[in-house]
Amino acid sequence: MLKKLLLGSLVGIACIQTLQAAGADDPIRTMLIMDKFEILDNDENSREWEGSFYVGYDIDKLYIYSQGAATSDGLEWSQNDLVYSRAIAPFWDIQAGVAYDKNDDASRTWGELAVAGLAPYFFETRAALLFNGEGNVGLRLEAEYEMLFTQKLILTPSFEADFYSKDDPEMRTGSGLSALEAGLRLRYEIVREFAPYIGLTWERTYGNTYDYNPVNETSLLAGIRFWF
Amino acid sequence: MQRRTFIKGIAATSLMGITATDIEAKPPRKREHNSTTLSGKEFFLDIDYTTVNITGKKAVATTINGQIPGPTLVWQEGDTITLHVTNHLKKSSSIHWHGIILPAPMDGVPGISYKGIAPGETFTYRFKVQQHGTYWYHSHSGYQEQTGMYGAIVIKPKKKEPFRYDKDYVVLLSDWSDEKPTSIYRKLKLSSDYYNFNQRTVGDFFSEVKKKGFGQAFDDRKMWNKMRMSDRDLSDVTGYTYTYLMNGNAPATQFKALFKKGEKIRLRFINGAAMSFFDVRIPGLKMTVVAADGNHIKPVSVDEFRIGVAETYDVIVQPTSARAYAIFAQSIERSGYALGSLTPSASLSAKAPKMDKPQALTMADMGMDMKKMGKQKMGGMKMGNKMKYRWSAMEAQKYPVTKLPMATGVQSTMKAMAPKYRLEDPGVGLRKNGRRVLTYADLKNRYSTRRDRKPDREIILHLTGNMERYMWSINGIKYADAQPLRFHYGERLRITFINDTMMNHPMHLHGMWSDLETGDDNHLVRKHTVIVQPGAKISYRVTVDAKGGWAYHCHLLYHMAGMFRKVVVA
Ligand SMILES: [Cu+2]
Repeated sequence: MLKKLLLGSLVGIACIQTLQAAGADDPIRTMLIMDKFEILDNDENSREWEGSFYVGYDIDKLYIYSQGAATSDGLEWSQNDLVYSRAIAPFWDIQAGVAYDKNDDASRTWGELAVAGLAPYFFETRAALLFNGEGNVGLRLEAEYEMLFTQKLILTPSFEADFYSKDDPEMRTGSGLSALEAGLRLRYEIVREFAPYIGLTWERTYGNTYDYNPVNETSLLAGIRFWF
Repeated sequence: MQRRTFIKGIAATSLMGITATDIEAKPPRKREHNSTTLSGKEFFLDIDYTTVNITGKKAVATTINGQIPGPTLVWQEGDTITLHVTNHLKKSSSIHWHGIILPAPMDGVPGISYKGIAPGETFTYRFKVQQHGTYWYHSHSGYQEQTGMYGAIVIKPKKKEPFRYDKDYVVLLSDWSDEKPTSIYRKLKLSSDYYNFNQRTVGDFFSEVKKKGFGQAFDDRKMWNKMRMSDRDLSDVTGYTYTYLMNGNAPATQFKALFKKGEKIRLRFINGAAMSFFDVRIPGLKMTVVAADGNHIKPVSVDEFRIGVAETYDVIVQPTSARAYAIFAQSIERSGYALGSLTPSASLSAKAPKMDKPQALTMADMGMDMKKMGKQKMGGMKMGNKMKYRWSAMEAQKYPVTKLPMATGVQSTMKAMAPKYRLEDPGVGLRKNGRRVLTYADLKNRYSTRRDRKPDREIILHLTGNMERYMWSINGIKYADAQPLRFHYGERLRITFINDTMMNHPMHLHGMWSDLETGDDNHLVRKHTVIVQPGAKISYRVTVDAKGGWAYHCHLLYHMAGMFRKVVVA
């Protein structure tokens, strides 16, 4: 699997370089952003992260997304994506690549197609369609909004929903609406690149997912958001 | 040999008696420079790295003769001048003579006029000076201009000028950052509002709700929200990283122009900033504007004027009392200012007035039809019948239009639906401020242009951009993907700009004059840099009288790479 990922990224980088000789207006760049890097006030004191890295140009980029949770027992779950991303409209990118999910005793690799961008009313959104060898199809939706109280004090409501076409007991996901998550994070940007925050997150599983893994909790959290 | 006024001391004796060609062959590694004004027919300019301390922190600048700004060059109209420019940088460099009419190979734009000046090399420029007034020069390579490579040019006229003054001073405005320009550009690409600390807050919305009610307040936001545009997006780079300079002096150290009571002082304002527009005033004094971009205009008395990047204005002031007056240049988004003093004594300096509150952009700045919008009023624009007539006369001009390639897609987020000539609009930030503010509608050539040729044809250029991704282009096509614009030698061309973005773009055509239409064909004003206001339209005429390749671009340094065209005149 690792080999595949590595190969994919190499092909991706080669692609970018042949597609576009960088002009002065469009130098190659990288960005690593850790949107969420936090500790939850729940029974397991989960530590969660959500971030992305890209390398590329205005139009063509190679993206890695990663999110997950760990407890003192080790990794609980993680979802990772490696996609080639191409800007096709002023505010929208289409993305294609692979996704890799892992929990404490199983893992799944998916093919992935996604749309990411800024929707009207400034909603930062991403919708990913996943399909794997077992015939399972997944849909993961994310949206985020920023409300400025001051130039540095920013409240971010966020929302996530996961759906699957099939039950996958090993991964503890069931068909239909599988999970919802909503968050509210208040950060203070000491500088643009570094902001501590506090917040609240609500998470709930549904249908068979709830049977495999019953979750319905609201937790306080604290974390830092940073990028460079 | 021409006397080189800047060489003093050891350097002067060691160079005595050798010819200019010897110097070219073996440029001395370091010449001594300690003069801020050079005049004559032959000039030696050295481009080098210099450690400076402008903000309290040391930083490495790229300089001309070790100074920021570079020395003021004083030329005489009619002279043939020679400039030996030596590059001591580790990178290719160049100097462009902004607004100067000269042969294409002398224009100093790497990739268009010549190869640029390689490290260790000297390039000799030689051309005849055919104009007079206030101009400037700057690097046209990479981001060197941002790190200190700019200076003033003053050209003395052959004929006596039609106004009097006792003293004159150059007032060169610029913006300095300790950050590397590549880092500024990267930040803009990663997060285009990085430097904007005047964004809309929840509080702004609620105070609007209080004023207008929720429905109305929400409605007013609707268009902006749908289009994912900010009405607070006035400057890409701000005082968060910039220190604004006047003749190289930060507000703390202040440039001082001395006067004796009753004297008439000519101030030659030059905006040599990389990214900053300035609104300039001298509280307590009226300014009589006598020249724009080097060319005489019919004198206009104003309290304040906006100077776009690369523009120049000459004003005459007459201080009436023996006190220090502030020469105050606030940046368009009001995050800072450049400050100097017009003072009877070097020990006396003026205090800065309070900065104005920043204004927000309006629907007009988005190119919306005001009549259709109904309720939306544009602040500060009282349109008289005379104005209406002038603009409709401009609208009514019809010339054969040469269609140019146009692309839609990622490059452009907005289209000005009903762009209007807005020459009488002082622009965002200056509307209804209670002062008499200069507008383009006030600019009239001092001399008649009645006999100027009418245009043969017209081209339309849309200024396009994607602020979210920080991409800039013309007609939706960035420079790297564009074909050159073809102008025909000998023709008279009308160029109309339509600004499909929310920013002011100062557009600069090299090698030929831009004769700006301000509604009076008998007094077309002659400029080299023309501000195209957001959502607006503007037209000028160009007599295509200079063969070769020329640069044509937005003069905002971080827009330039994309919002650029090569012009070929054949
Ligand atoms: Cu521009």
